[in-house]
Amino acid sequence: MSNIKYILGSFADPDQMMDGIDKLQKNNIEIYDCFTPMPIHGIEAKLGVKPSRLPIVAFCFAVLGAILGFSLLYYTMVHDWPMNIGGKPAFAAPAFVPVTFEVTILLCALGMVATFFFRNHLFPGRAPRVMDIRATDDRFILAVDAKTNTDHELIDSLLKEAGAVEVKHNERKYISYE
Amino acid sequence: MRPYSYQHEYNFSDKYQFAGIAKILSLIAIAVGVIVIAMGFLSSNEVMVERTYANLLLMAYYFACVCAAGTVFVALQLVTQSGWSAGLIRVPQAMSSILPIASGLLLVIIVLGLFSDNLYQHWNAEGLMDPNSPNYDPLVAGKEAFLNLPGFLTRQILFMGAYSILAYLIAKISYKEDLEGGLYSYKRTFKLSAIFLVIFGFTSPIWIFDTVMSLEAHWFSTMFGWYNFAAMFVSGLSVITLIIILLKKAGYMPWVNENHLHDLGNLIFGFSIFWAYVWFSQFMLIWYSNIPEETVYFYKRWEPEYKPWFWLSVIMNFVAPLLLLVDRDAKRKQGLMMFVCILLLCGHWLDFYIMIMPGTVEMNRGFGLSEIGIGLGFIGLFVFLVFNKLGKHSLAPANHPFLDESLHHQV
Repeated sequence: MSNIKYILGSFADPDQMMDGIDKLQKNNIEIYDCFTPMPIHGIEAKLGVKPSRLPIVAFCFAVLGAILGFSLLYYTMVHDWPMNIGGKPAFAAPAFVPVTFEVTILLCALGMVATFFFRNHLFPGRAPRVMDIRATDDRFILAVDAKTNTDHELIDSLLKEAGAVEVKHNERKYISYE
Repeated sequence: MRPYSYQHEYNFSDKYQFAGIAKILSLIAIAVGVIVIAMGFLSSNEVMVERTYANLLLMAYYFACVCAAGTVFVALQLVTQSGWSAGLIRVPQAMSSILPIASGLLLVIIVLGLFSDNLYQHWNAEGLMDPNSPNYDPLVAGKEAFLNLPGFLTRQILFMGAYSILAYLIAKISYKEDLEGGLYSYKRTFKLSAIFLVIFGFTSPIWIFDTVMSLEAHWFSTMFGWYNFAAMFVSGLSVITLIIILLKKAGYMPWVNENHLHDLGNLIFGFSIFWAYVWFSQFMLIWYSNIPEETVYFYKRWEPEYKPWFWLSVIMNFVAPLLLLVDRDAKRKQGLMMFVCILLLCGHWLDFYIMIMPGTVEMNRGFGLSEIGIGLGFIGLFVFLVFNKLGKHSLAPANHPFLDESLHHQV
């Protein structure tokens, strides 16, 4: 049993990589992931990636923000220390709208960023883990799990056939920037 | 033909066939409108005559607004060099090319209303500016430099004339592109669009102040122009989307897909929120400062006659699109988008109704034959003119430089 964990096909051209995806899928070889230095149209549909659930998170944080913003105003302006401002009632609902709106947007944005970082195992100071460093520069990488797809020679030949410049057999999943 | 090999099966020279049931229905609607207008004018009841004028102003203004919004859309796409909209640009172009007719109609109604004392009598009545007259109104007299008959008519003719000529030219040059090809028409329309946007951006608030805000000449709001622009752009976008969906259902424009619908949905969603933003800003500032000369506008709309409709307008134009269109998939569904578009068009009719009616018929408000008949008449006229125009030219600008980008659009 080999220690190869992942097979990486490195392409210089996005069209050749898309061709590589087709070739692998035609042979029922599951693609683990795909790394590109720029967004490529139609790749999510091709790989069958599920739509992001980030909008749901955004909605939840926005609702939370609206509740918090409104409660803050209600507590300070009505409950704790009611003030007479221009003869308006303490509970001046229209005047609450802008602040509530701002807190909603703030929490929505911050919550989305926090969720994104959490989900992608990112935080300030952490060295990002990448499978191939050149995916951040000029190469389009197709990763195949070598443990579940055992016919390594077929994978190699398919990737080469599609135009891979380089095929790597990696024993470690990630290389780091360290 | 094309310098690179690009394959698709679309037939860009496809033309819409305006015939059969659509044509008959639009002609019937026009006939209904004409009969209702005639009945209103010949009525012995003065209130009925005034109500007919108010409804005519409402629908003619709505009609002109939708066509102007079509022009704004075309001009924006050209000036921002947008590619996504190239495949569907013929629909707003058709709206743009009938702006001269819409403006002419609005001008005729304004002039008729002015000289029969049915519209704008709030600043145009006898003796308002004369300190010795019993009718003397110091507030209106103070605005004489702006609100006087020659100035008003000159502004209306100048502004609407400029919008109409530019709108017509932008559409016409683009139609010529089909025959001639090349980049000449694109560059030409780009320049005209930039000129149109500058002129429209600076003068449309004044045009709106004249046409709608001066119905209640005591009141003023500097936000009114943007508020109306938001309403106009949302209704224009809804009409564009609605026409595209109807054309697609009839088997035309196969190159326009859910990605384009998604972008139109985004624009409708965004501008509905912009509408609410301006609406609320106007409302909150007036509510908070509580100055009598400003609150008079909302005081009138707070009467039991108008209050439910006042709030219904906010629900229809802000809450409904916010909740219905917030989801990504919702914007990609034809049926739901069609529903939202129709809802918004009704909502903005109500919005304009709430702007115009308290200043014209005041407490004699109604919703009946006059509103429905005149509304139908103008819808018929709009459908007849726009679909007639769509039928005359191919449904895609085959020589548009960004057409391929539009076909590949993906969001």
